[in-house]
Amino acid sequence: MGRLFAVTVTVIALVSAAIFALHTWWLPIDISAHGRRIDSQLNETMIVAGILFVAAQLALAFFVWRFSERGGVRSTRPIKPFPGGAAPMVVIATILVGIEILVLTFVGSKVWASVYQTPAPAGALQIDVLAEQFAFYARYAGPDGKFGGMHPDLMNDATQNFFGLDPANDTTARDDIVVGSLVIPVDQAVELRLHTKDVGHSFYVPELRIQQDFVPGMVIPLHFTATKTGKYELVCTQLCGLGHYNMRAYVEVKSQAEFAQWLKAQAAAL
Amino acid sequence: MTHVATPHTHAPPQSWLRRHVFSVDHKVIGRQYLDLALVAVFTGMLLSWLMRFHLGWPDTAVPGLGKLAPTGAAGGVITPEYYLELMTMHGTIMVFFVLTTAPFAGFGNFLLPIQVGAEDMAFPRINMMSFWVTLLAFLVLIAAFFVGDGPPLSGWTAYAPLSAVGKDAGPGQGSGQTLWAISILIFCVAQLLGALNFIATTLDLRTKGMSLARLPFATWAWFITAVIALVAFAVLMPACILLILDRVAGTSFFIPAGLVISDRLQPHMGGSPLLWQHLFWFFGHPEVYIAILPGFGIVSQILPVFARKPLLGPRVFVTCLVAIAFLSYTVWGHHMFLSGMNPFSATLFSVPTLVITIPAAIITLLWIGTVYGARLRLTSASLFALGFVSVFVSGGLSGFFLAQPSTDIYLHGTYFVVAHFHFVMGVAAMFGIFAGTYFWFPKMFGRMMSETLGKWHFWLTFIGVYAIFMPMHYLGLAGNVRRYSAFTDDYLQPLIPLHRFITIAALFTGAVQLIFLYNLIRSRVRGPKAPDNPWEATTLEWSTSSPPPHDNFGGRRPVVSHGPDEYGAPGPRDYVMQADS
Amino acid sequence: MSTTIAPPPPALPIARVATGSGGPGGSHVAETGVWIGIGTICMSFAALTSALVVRASGAPDWQHLRLPSLLYVNTVALLASSVTLELARRRLAAIALYATLLLGLLFVLGQVLAWRQLLLQQQSLASGPSSAFFYVFTVLHALHVLGGLCGLVYVQRRRGAGVLSAATYKAAALYWHFMAVLWLYLLLLLTIRG
Repeated sequence: MGRLFAVTVTVIALVSAAIFALHTWWLPIDISAHGRRIDSQLNETMIVAGILFVAAQLALAFFVWRFSERGGVRSTRPIKPFPGGAAPMVVIATILVGIEILVLTFVGSKVWASVYQTPAPAGALQIDVLAEQFAFYARYAGPDGKFGGMHPDLMNDATQNFFGLDPANDTTARDDIVVGSLVIPVDQAVELRLHTKDVGHSFYVPELRIQQDFVPGMVIPLHFTATKTGKYELVCTQLCGLGHYNMRAYVEVKSQAEFAQWLKAQAAAL
Repeated sequence: MTHVATPHTHAPPQSWLRRHVFSVDHKVIGRQYLDLALVAVFTGMLLSWLMRFHLGWPDTAVPGLGKLAPTGAAGGVITPEYYLELMTMHGTIMVFFVLTTAPFAGFGNFLLPIQVGAEDMAFPRINMMSFWVTLLAFLVLIAAFFVGDGPPLSGWTAYAPLSAVGKDAGPGQGSGQTLWAISILIFCVAQLLGALNFIATTLDLRTKGMSLARLPFATWAWFITAVIALVAFAVLMPACILLILDRVAGTSFFIPAGLVISDRLQPHMGGSPLLWQHLFWFFGHPEVYIAILPGFGIVSQILPVFARKPLLGPRVFVTCLVAIAFLSYTVWGHHMFLSGMNPFSATLFSVPTLVITIPAAIITLLWIGTVYGARLRLTSASLFALGFVSVFVSGGLSGFFLAQPSTDIYLHGTYFVVAHFHFVMGVAAMFGIFAGTYFWFPKMFGRMMSETLGKWHFWLTFIGVYAIFMPMHYLGLAGNVRRYSAFTDDYLQPLIPLHRFITIAALFTGAVQLIFLYNLIRSRVRGPKAPDNPWEATTLEWSTSSPPPHDNFGGRRPVVSHGPDEYGAPGPRDYVMQADS
Repeated sequence: MSTTIAPPPPALPIARVATGSGGPGGSHVAETGVWIGIGTICMSFAALTSALVVRASGAPDWQHLRLPSLLYVNTVALLASSVTLELARRRLAAIALYATLLLGLLFVLGQVLAWRQLLLQQQSLASGPSSAFFYVFTVLHALHVLGGLCGLVYVQRRRGAGVLSAATYKAAALYWHFMAVLWLYLLLLLTIRG
């Protein structure tokens, strides 16, 4: 029975670890400027956690194999205390985990800071993103470079005034471009301002290695630079009601020339 | 009528109702809690079966479900909307009514007074009230499932303002959500009453010689859990009151101004959605430890019994428990890295979260070190205790990824999180419950469980849970978001085969639990009579009959002169009981 | 296998458990229970206080609530009830215990009147955050005071039957004094921040 336990634990540990190590299922491609640092932080954590995982499981398996009674016969062998008592365990855990914590925090907090604690570079493209049950809308300032004000009392899905704009009284709102997917230029810093008009939502694009909640009553800035053109899915990761499962949109990363052309076409269509 | 004092004799009550239903006996109350948890866990598991089935085969009908849930699953095909309701109920039932009631309230009630050598809890009537109030909370929650405007749909975390604005936010936010909040409020009251008893009993009713150094490890864990619960539920309770007021009285604690829901400008202003998250997670993270610390205690008590060897580093173990309890109140913000709170505070919350792995790692090593040099007897109880160590390692290590804000950016909101907390507080806590059941069943019911069935139950469950939850890490790495279903038309489509594998594993592992249920019921009626001390264990519950008499020790009080785990003595009887003189 | 149970120590009464009551019992467990209860209540009110601070600092809609002056009269009643309870406990005078009950009841009635006054001034739960917090704090406190009154009635009945232990009396008094302290804290908080 002890041998069976040992073999089972060993097989489970090795198979699980192998699937991680072989990247059988792994992160999708990274299309962001900052994603490389997140990925390497994740890899580093994976290696350490993987070693600790396999080591702990194998130690458990080995001790159970070695020290369990066989065939229901009561063992009379005297018990042996662990060499050195609890002290080595405390030292091992504290030093190993402690070093790991220091390293992860030191490196990781820099990665975090580079994404969330630095302001967007000057000249970043400003886009307003509005989340609502159960869709995302993006707004560009239009030729005047200015966003019109948002008025909650004017927000209405039926008239498609998602942002609550008041073009009758607000000249800056007249040329604002509102679209149902997020279109951004490649290799240019983008700063989103996340608004939600109803409940909490979240902005998650796995390929962009970015995720941020929309919080009612707050406008949350988020900046990144996409490095590859293409069409990627944007999903809401905060449970937001009945249609949450359906709250998806696309992020289209276009070359800078195509983006300029697209923006012009959108402005002309107003 | 004047209140006449009767001399206290602690004789068992005579009427059937007072003995078995409205009993103040902590042993009856403990069994009632465990029975409630058993009903709850099978309900929760059934819901997870439906969820898993829908994830694997979203378009296939479940036979008979169309009749049970005509709106959510017309014709038996589960809709993605119904999936979200199932998920909310699954989470709430499991976290509150299984993982809190079974390992803490259930086993703790039955055993803590006996282990400290008391005749009952400090306040037996409050103890009885605590159970009945818990049952009321459960019934209110189940009622929420059947109200006209749909079961609650805000997850077990009930983030405001979705949970606070009411009907406008769609079906599932009506009276069902109100009942949800009322149920949790009632549950808080019940657990506060329970925790009060645990603490007072441990502090004041220990028998002669039962110093803190001789306190069994399970009792240590229940005591510390009670302290955690007292603080945690004391915070969730007012939070629930504020949530209910936002829903029914038009206040704006959690609802900010200018929300437009279903094209209606909401009449609220000034509230803070993050306030709910802070209050909830200040409870929510310690709740994880409320679920798992009793498992720590149970394993630390069971392993020495079957290793025939004292626990390695008993003082270190207790110190680590205290450290975990303390740290558990400093880490709640790690649930909120991406919630829009000040990004600087993410690092502040990340550090204690990583630090808490140190005492957890030490405890794990103590268990592994206890097995070293042992004469390990493998029974259903010890197998589940060893399995606990294995799954706790697996679940604990994935915490490293989520404790760091930088990697949480990618993994937050994915199946990686689902895998992490199911391993560490779902599966590990369940393994603690199973180990405890196989170990203490003879004491509770005076009959032995079938070891053969117990071992089958262990092997199939152990392999099953790894087959379910390990692949969820892979899903998370691949960017599979949680609380989503019906991936037939999006980027998650390639992952459907993996989902099907998990679903089959879940259906299989769930079915295996029927072995446990059968063993439980059959042994209760027909199991062979249990001796007083079948495992040759040392703590006080094994010094009395199986099951113990009404006053636990038959009119006498044990005097303790030994530690809780004196095993491995030379000679034919290799253990010294706590009450040996 | 043999199980060994030492004979009971003669000095130890068999029933060391609270004497068959759900409320404050016979030995010092009652006092322990009250201390634990006080800890819990402190934690709940601390959570609400932090909610108030967050809510008040984050939003422009916070308006200072003018507390009804009746509250100060109620405060005097509650403080006086603490004094009479101590008198009752020291001299075991029945009349002082009845006075405590009466003053406690007056406090709760006074709070009800204060709520009515505010409601007449259109200050309801829904009218603004400061009044909402006022009602939450004062209603929760009043419920705890009512619980304390039930405890005092229990104490009175046991006293009448001649079976009241000093420990139970002490535990009940501890809870009652805590209600007064909690009220002074709430009054201060609501005056400064409310």
